[in-house]
Amino acid sequence: MALGDDALVLSHRLGEWAGHAPVLEEEVALANIALDLLGQARLLLSLAGDEDELAFLREERAFRNTQLVEQPNGDFARTIARQLYFSVYQELLYGRLAEGGGPFAPIAAKAVKEVAYHRDHAEQWTLRLGDGTEESHRRMAAGLTELWRFTGELFQPVEGLGPDAAATAELEAEWSARITDVLRRATLPLPEGPRHSAWTAGAGRQGLHTEPFGRMLAEMQHLHRSHPGASW
Amino acid sequence: MTAAGTTAAARTGAAPGPAAPAGGTAPETPGAEAARAVFEATVAADERVEPRDWMPDDYRATLVRQMAQHAHSEIIGMQPEANWITRAPSLRRKAILMAKVQDEAGHGLYLYSAAETLGVSRAELLDKLHSGRQRYSSIFNYPTLTWADVGAIGWLVDGAAITNQVPLCRCSYGPYARAMVRICKEESFHQRQGYELLLALSRGTEAQHAMAQDAVDRWWWPSLMMFGPPDAESSHSDRSMAWKIKRHSNDELRQRFVDICVPQAESLGLTLPDPELAWNEQRGHYDFGAIDWQEFREVLRGNGPCNDQRISQRRRAHEEGAWVREAAAAYAARHRADGRESGERRAGEQSTGRQSTGGPRAAAHGKADA
Repeated sequence: MALGDDALVLSHRLGEWAGHAPVLEEEVALANIALDLLGQARLLLSLAGDEDELAFLREERAFRNTQLVEQPNGDFARTIARQLYFSVYQELLYGRLAEGGGPFAPIAAKAVKEVAYHRDHAEQWTLRLGDGTEESHRRMAAGLTELWRFTGELFQPVEGLGPDAAATAELEAEWSARITDVLRRATLPLPEGPRHSAWTAGAGRQGLHTEPFGRMLAEMQHLHRSHPGASW
Repeated sequence: MTAAGTTAAARTGAAPGPAAPAGGTAPETPGAEAARAVFEATVAADERVEPRDWMPDDYRATLVRQMAQHAHSEIIGMQPEANWITRAPSLRRKAILMAKVQDEAGHGLYLYSAAETLGVSRAELLDKLHSGRQRYSSIFNYPTLTWADVGAIGWLVDGAAITNQVPLCRCSYGPYARAMVRICKEESFHQRQGYELLLALSRGTEAQHAMAQDAVDRWWWPSLMMFGPPDAESSHSDRSMAWKIKRHSNDELRQRFVDICVPQAESLGLTLPDPELAWNEQRGHYDFGAIDWQEFREVLRGNGPCNDQRISQRRRAHEEGAWVREAAAAYAARHRADGRESGERRAGEQSTGRQSTGGPRAAAHGKADA
């Protein structure tokens, strides 16, 4: 359910870009990624129960997504920074889950192909923005820095989900190596500072979220909640 | 579909060469008579005119205007529907709606590419949209006030678009006709989904049914206006028909649409907001009430409910995205020389939407929007 929530929430955020992207090709690309993630969310949530009940009738405190994916879009650079951090994580994680057997394996095996594309897209844009103009470099660096403190949570062990502590440490090391490499090629500095806030690490997974998340859910759930029991 | 490919073809066509007929902008050159005869024979034989072929300046201008307006409509048309993506009431509906809005962006891309074969650039056309010198379909100046509007747009607006566009699959200009074949397939799919959405509401709770009826009441007349002014007042019709860009008159298509919709509304369990709607045995068609052409003219003039909002949002997206396009261009320029070539570079150029289209070729046909 934690992974389903990640995919659901990030998909929603990307859906907010529709009609606002900097270039038509990105309207297509961002919507495409959002759709892939929504597809993953539906599969994962269906494992746990009724997808619509889980998406539309849970309150903020019951959502298990990481705080990273609920962060508002900001400018295009911030959106790309979020995509980069998350898609590298997701690609590594799903790769492992696909090999690991268990209930997630078939879903992960399907999703990992999509996620490789998402990671490539984020990486290509990180290079372009980092090594583009002065302004794009500045914005990309800012986006990466602002979201840095939400990245530690990705590697907090989640109860009942996949890799054990040792595997998680390995995942984190690989993630760091990949991010470091992309940022170097993009002429961007690796953000400094803590990878999580003073707040409990792994907060999102425990249902402790950031303030913008409640508003996002209010918008997402409003219509469904206004018509209890209706089918659509 | 690669924009670069079609652009290259257009450039070859624009430069008079031994193999190509005389360039489109020089009707006085010797051989122009012959070129015109070839063009007319092609149209008469129901064959396709291709980018390299000679064509009358007016034919080119008419196509650019129509294709640009069509592309703009796809792009602006994303807004009223995207308005509901974040509020879609089920995950299935949300996925369908996202896919639809994505398709619309894709249709815009095909159509701009097809228009580029006529010697204009996407950047130039977007600029004309943003500055109000080119139009988009009047229908997108109406607001989506409820979820049912998403269904009404699918059923009625896409339905009207398909009725208009299916004949364009046989349009005399090859690139446009081919784009339409692809677009019409996807549009038909959207239309069925819209119908199905309304059906679910109509058969749902009382509140859902009322929501569906209200949406149909608000979208019916604007959908009929999508076919354009009555034949008697349509300024471009005759020539477009003669050139086989257009195959049927506005009123013919509008009638066809009404005839299709009435039984569909019945099976939806919804009514259409026209007391004069009645089957006419003699004509074999439905009669329907008078359209409020005053409203139509007001919307075209910019006084519709959402004209300002739609164009400001489009302009804002473009302006706020400028630094992103500049970054992609700067990156592409910097890495052109070194080894990191091909894949990355091409992606960057495509993303900027300015794949060296401006320049001499655009100047040669720059007057294209009449």
